[in-house]
Amino acid sequence: MSEFIQQVINGVSLGSIYALIALGYTMVYGILRFINFAHSDIFMIGAFVAYFAAPMILKLCGGNLFLAGPLAMVLSMLVCSALGVTIEKLAYKPLRSRPTITVLITAIGVSFFLEYGGQLVFGPDPKPFPDLIPKANVIDAGGVVVSSTPLMVIGTAIGLMLLLRWVVMSTKTGTAMRALSFNLQAAKLMGININRIVSFTFVLGSSLAAAAAVLYASVYPSINPLMGVFPGLKAFIAAVVGGIGNLVGAALGGLIIGITETFVTGYISATYRDAIAFGILIVILLFRPAGLLGKFESERV
Amino acid sequence: MMQKSAHFTRRLVLLVTIVVALVVAHFESNFNAYYFQIIIYIGVNVILAASLNLVNGFTGQFSLGHAGFMAVGAYTSAVITSHFGAGGITASFVFLGALLCGGLVASFLGLLVGIPSLRLKGDYLAIVTLGFGEIIRVIIQNIDFLGGARGFTGIPKLTNFFWVFAFVAILMYLLSNLIRSTYGKGFLAVRDDEVAAEAMGINTTRYKVIAFVTGAFFAGIAGGLYAHFVTYINPSQFSFVKSIEIVVMVIVGGMGHNVGVFISALVLTVLPEALRPIAEYRMVIYSLALVIIMISRPQGLFGDGEYFKKLLQSFKGKVRASRARS
Repeated sequence: MSEFIQQVINGVSLGSIYALIALGYTMVYGILRFINFAHSDIFMIGAFVAYFAAPMILKLCGGNLFLAGPLAMVLSMLVCSALGVTIEKLAYKPLRSRPTITVLITAIGVSFFLEYGGQLVFGPDPKPFPDLIPKANVIDAGGVVVSSTPLMVIGTAIGLMLLLRWVVMSTKTGTAMRALSFNLQAAKLMGININRIVSFTFVLGSSLAAAAAVLYASVYPSINPLMGVFPGLKAFIAAVVGGIGNLVGAALGGLIIGITETFVTGYISATYRDAIAFGILIVILLFRPAGLLGKFESERV
Repeated sequence: MMQKSAHFTRRLVLLVTIVVALVVAHFESNFNAYYFQIIIYIGVNVILAASLNLVNGFTGQFSLGHAGFMAVGAYTSAVITSHFGAGGITASFVFLGALLCGGLVASFLGLLVGIPSLRLKGDYLAIVTLGFGEIIRVIIQNIDFLGGARGFTGIPKLTNFFWVFAFVAILMYLLSNLIRSTYGKGFLAVRDDEVAAEAMGINTTRYKVIAFVTGAFFAGIAGGLYAHFVTYINPSQFSFVKSIEIVVMVIVGGMGHNVGVFISALVLTVLPEALRPIAEYRMVIYSLALVIIMISRPQGLFGDGEYFKKLLQSFKGKVRASRARS
């Protein structure tokens, strides 16, 4: 029983990290209708920014993790936002009216560029990620030991998601974002500055990915330039499972994938870990092609 | 008449290539081993890219799971030859049988994967095929009989120049005939406008599945050829990175353009080798080139032929104008 509770907490913590990444995929897909493959590598860059900034930040904060952790996270979010917007302006914007496959391949190209560029700059070997989140056993009762790390992860993720919900639902820019994902052309005719809103979407998505990266690296403290590939794929799957373009769906999908993955790893076999997300995806797409919370639209000619 | 002679030429090219391949195979021990290896890889990659071109290029269905079918072909044929492998002439027959079995099992899997997933479109299909490819890889990784993650060793080295280039020639011949047939027109119709094709009474799902299964068959053959050249395979060689590599060959060559894809498979196999002196930078250059090509020439380096057609037309127009003037 105690093991079960631990598995649930770990699953929710992993799931909320996937959810944060999935939100970036789902927002970009909702507006521009393509899979931003480079999103997973922005996630990777986020971890590396925190890794390189950590010594300085720790010194600055005198080793106080309650100050250093958020600071590293905010810094990494800022750098990744800038990176995300730059990628959008240089690689995706010139292709906005082109077929999806072209944009998809470009995104794969950008993704490869960041991965292999990362191997060149950071080196391909894994690096130990410093402790940026306080680690202690918070609950230790009746054989149930809960470390503070997953609880911090869950708390931060929930906080960021609520913040995102406020931005998207209650601000003017958020309203414009929703208008764009509803109908890009009509939004343009209503005088919405498409380029500004798309850039803002990339800022939101990339900073959530960066935050997720700092959390992920704190749970699995070994980072390398290819670390983003699988979390990225699973997060995208989470977005599809929940219904792409739907923010609540992305969070739900993230939780489903995270919890299932943790349980399969814990109770069945760790080797099936990377296949389970794809299995869920296939089942969902066969029975509910629009995802759990998505609305099914028939094709209009 | 024109049609007939064109068909004759294609058959002639097929025959000549096979004969030349047979002759070259006799002298292959004289080649530099490194260059020979690259030549074989070119052949295998051409088969992979050309067969994927049938799915991605001609039928317009974006598949990212080709490496999975390659893996199935590789493992199936490897199991057969390492169980029945005999010396001399029989080895060649066993090998041919093994390759075909590999192709058949891969195409059967293609059918299983294709029927449900081809209902989906665009990005969804891409991600589902990627998923199936990865699932195939993980399943192989968990079968002890196939060596699991350690890989499958001791595959007889049966692939030679002849086998690879005979299959390249056969595939190219089949493809050039196929796209001129009713099926080919069906594929193109599905690609150009699925809704219109459906309205004209074309069973689009059927055509998609046929393209998918044929593509999977040749991916399986390519896998078999690859396995019997390197003599050691493991699941990580067939990850989705390999699938993306094949897709890139198709895209760069120009989707639906057989010759373009052939050339791009050749260039993209040689390029990383040629860039070996600057090994750290080669993948960065490669990925940057990909982005630049997509932005500047999204129809691929060799285009869909439209560019050359336009060039030819404007040239003809000029000739006519100058004639009219004089």
